[in-house]
Amino acid sequence: MFGKLSLESIPYHEPIIMSVVVVIALGGILLFGLLTYYKKWMYLWSEWITSVDHKKLGIMYFIVALVMLIRGFSDAIMMRTQQAIAAGGAEGYLPPHHYDQIFTAHGVIMIFFVAMPMVIGLMNLVVPLQIGARDVAFPFLNNLSFWLFAAGVVLVNVSLFVGEFAKTGWLSYAPLSELQYSPGVGVDYWIWALQISGIGTTLTGINFFVTILKMRTKGMTLFRMPIFTWTSLCANVLIIASFPILTATIAMLTLDRYLGMHFFTNDFGGNMMMYVNLIWAWGHPEVYILILPAFGVFSEVIATFSRKRLFGYATLVWATVAITVLSFIVWLHHFFTMGSGANVNAFFGIMTMLIAIPTGVKIFNWLFTMFRGRLQFTSPVLWTLGFIITFTLGGMTGVMLAVPAANFVLHNSLFVIAHFHNVIIGGVVFGMMAGMTYWFPKAFGFTLDEKWGKRSFWCWFTGFYLAFMPLYVLSFFGAARRMQSYAETEWQPWFILAAIGALVILVGIACTIIQIVVSIRDREKNADITGDPWDARTPEWATSSPAPFYNFAHLPAVNSIDSFWEDKQKNGPNAQLSEPPYDDIHMPKNTVAGPVMGVISIALGFALVWHIWWLAGVSALGLFVTFMLRVFNDDIDYYVPAAEVERIENAHKQQLKELQA
Amino acid sequence: MKKKHFSLFLGLSLLLLLGGCDAALIDPQGRVGQQQLTLILTAFGLMMIVVIPVIVMTVLFAWRYRENGEATYTPDWAHSNAIETVVWFIPFVIIAFLAWLTWQTSHSLDPHKPLKSDVESMEIQAVSLDWKWLFIYPEQGIATVNEVAFPAGVPVHFRVSSGSVMNSFFIPALGSQIYAMAGMDNDVHLEADDPGTYSGRSVHYSGAGFSGMIFDAIATTEEGFDEWVDNVRESSKTLTFPEEYYVLAEPTRNHPVEYFSQASPELYTQILESFHGGSGGSQQEKHGEQGGDHQGTPMSAEAAE
Repeated sequence: MFGKLSLESIPYHEPIIMSVVVVIALGGILLFGLLTYYKKWMYLWSEWITSVDHKKLGIMYFIVALVMLIRGFSDAIMMRTQQAIAAGGAEGYLPPHHYDQIFTAHGVIMIFFVAMPMVIGLMNLVVPLQIGARDVAFPFLNNLSFWLFAAGVVLVNVSLFVGEFAKTGWLSYAPLSELQYSPGVGVDYWIWALQISGIGTTLTGINFFVTILKMRTKGMTLFRMPIFTWTSLCANVLIIASFPILTATIAMLTLDRYLGMHFFTNDFGGNMMMYVNLIWAWGHPEVYILILPAFGVFSEVIATFSRKRLFGYATLVWATVAITVLSFIVWLHHFFTMGSGANVNAFFGIMTMLIAIPTGVKIFNWLFTMFRGRLQFTSPVLWTLGFIITFTLGGMTGVMLAVPAANFVLHNSLFVIAHFHNVIIGGVVFGMMAGMTYWFPKAFGFTLDEKWGKRSFWCWFTGFYLAFMPLYVLSFFGAARRMQSYAETEWQPWFILAAIGALVILVGIACTIIQIVVSIRDREKNADITGDPWDARTPEWATSSPAPFYNFAHLPAVNSIDSFWEDKQKNGPNAQLSEPPYDDIHMPKNTVAGPVMGVISIALGFALVWHIWWLAGVSALGLFVTFMLRVFNDDIDYYVPAAEVERIENAHKQQLKELQA
Repeated sequence: MKKKHFSLFLGLSLLLLLGGCDAALIDPQGRVGQQQLTLILTAFGLMMIVVIPVIVMTVLFAWRYRENGEATYTPDWAHSNAIETVVWFIPFVIIAFLAWLTWQTSHSLDPHKPLKSDVESMEIQAVSLDWKWLFIYPEQGIATVNEVAFPAGVPVHFRVSSGSVMNSFFIPALGSQIYAMAGMDNDVHLEADDPGTYSGRSVHYSGAGFSGMIFDAIATTEEGFDEWVDNVRESSKTLTFPEEYYVLAEPTRNHPVEYFSQASPELYTQILESFHGGSGGSQQEKHGEQGGDHQGTPMSAEAAE
């Protein structure tokens, strides 16, 4: 009836886990109570859960990402604490079976459930507005993508309380992830959480690829697209090309584990090297899926706040395209030490280094955008400056790792950990923080508090260097990654320093939370009436803030990269205001199928993890039926009457008039 | 060139010595590691040519072109062929040089390549088990766990495989690591300059006992090595395949050093072949067909790529 599931699967004996359960349960009860008390359930259902509005989906991605950031960061703090005390024979407070789950969960959560939803959330919020579209190409699919992603999030979190999570490292290398060496349900949670959310990501990739190619407004040729849209386009090409590899690889591992096949086992002709190759054939493009949109954010931020055209737009685009192509022919640099021949290693090493050229060019482009500009030191600019410095250093250590002969002593050490946090924190996190601050008013109609934003930046910036420079140092002592304990007491001071750095970052995260709270409190004071708080350059600022659900009363026409900016220069700050007459606007209807399929996916994943076959069968059938019902439903769109558009637009103009009076 | 390396080396080692530790990678004890340190520092120095200007320009530009500054403001200036040429050219030249260096060193420091020496090299077979290292001396007919000894100044040919999941065999002070994989015959050539005890470990995560997969690599004098071998031979324990081997292969954490006075010279090959075709001897026949071309001679990791 319940497959492998029994009451013993709940880790009662783990005080750390149980206290988390209690806190989450209390939080859940509180949230449930508040929603009921304020009668917000219907609002939540009709305005958010079933919404196909790309802006709302973007916001929901970001909220989930921030919540998961706290979860992932708790793991980080626990690891740093453990390593700060487990020296010279001390076992610390986390035994291997717990510590190993924590570093696995940290990696999986930070990449799949923090960085990815931040990037995809930002794309959702911004791309349709930047290209002057009313929504994405496939609005229902977009909602479904979000709920499949959310299902993955739920499965990962359920693994904390029911059963266990994988103890294999975030990529679950075979043969360690095979049944023989990981008989528990941890790897199965990993499998199904990633498969379900991965399908969501693939659908997002297709959706945005089509949206950007087919739904650009009048006059927006490819080479007039804002740079964030360009980087998103490239990221989506990478998603479409690489995520199927992940899905197929995990599917093969699943066949090994569930049906006793031998794709990656030690024996019967299985080949673990194939697993490692395949997982990195996805894994390397994945890091560019994360970093390219961040590059796009920095490009927008630096041009806007330098009050100057972006330097070398065409170069930036071609550099992005070059990185997109190159990212597919470098995967082997993740395992030079597997023992390929010198020619193979040298080829992949050199291909990897080539990426440094377009990346370096991009950095110079940002620098020369500042050159002869009028730079405002807003918090997005601080994140960008912090990024340029930090990412350059991270890029340098990346090139060092790309030299195979050097990699033979640096690989698998803390050098690798320091390097990729150097580029992921310095690049992706800083980029997403900059992007969140920059586009927040477009989503909510008020700007984020600058004081707390800057505090957050300085904590993250100094915290990063405190936390990760010691790891570079430790790598030269020969310290490996993923150690639950170590004998060398002389390493301990560096680990303690790293733990202090993590605490400083924690303060940075707290500053962000305070920033959001303070900003909501002061929303009247920080209201963005104009829709263009930064005096920016791209089309998303040509509509009111928060953007109306139909985005633009009249879709903006574009005749250059900086069309909106030029328009303002010529016709004054109110150039973007819409004028009657208005037309009826064609919009997609909300969907029930998305969230329903999401919930069923949770049941399906859970059933497959615990071998509850009847539930798996029922869920699979449920998914199929729901999808079919949706496919044959013709009632999926409606028209917003012109009068309604006029009412909304007039209200906005009225507000603006009051402000300017 | 040499002088620059030295100062960089000095700077970095000073930083590290502040911690009062012996930093394996900064103070390598064998020629492989020494060449790798030079390579790391060269790459580091080369990239400083770009990194330092970028950091300086970031701070300089940000300050000079600040909002309320007096500096020139050209809001529509967005292109310059001269700047574009320079920013493509300089990274290109540096990467071109690094690429050449990469090609050279990938071959000269190829872990599979025997080290040139007047002294004849010796072979040691290292097998990663859950969670300890088994070292087999085919020439001496002995085996050890979590301790390996070899004479300093003699090139050692480590053949590396696994009896379990993937691991990575690494003695940081000597140089290159290499993956240990079941059924795969991998190898790395290392040499210690002087006698001493260097710590070695698995650096590729392999499960619960991973942190304890450490061993001492003892570089001995010539006589010291013979004494060490004699010492091992005094052990009452022997290692036969499959019985005693599979007992040893059972998962253990923080396994103590163990000596085996006798180990069959075929042990390493037997471990490799136990993964070919099927699991263990009993199932081998049944699943032999599926094993396909993986059967028979051990496959080297290189060939399988």
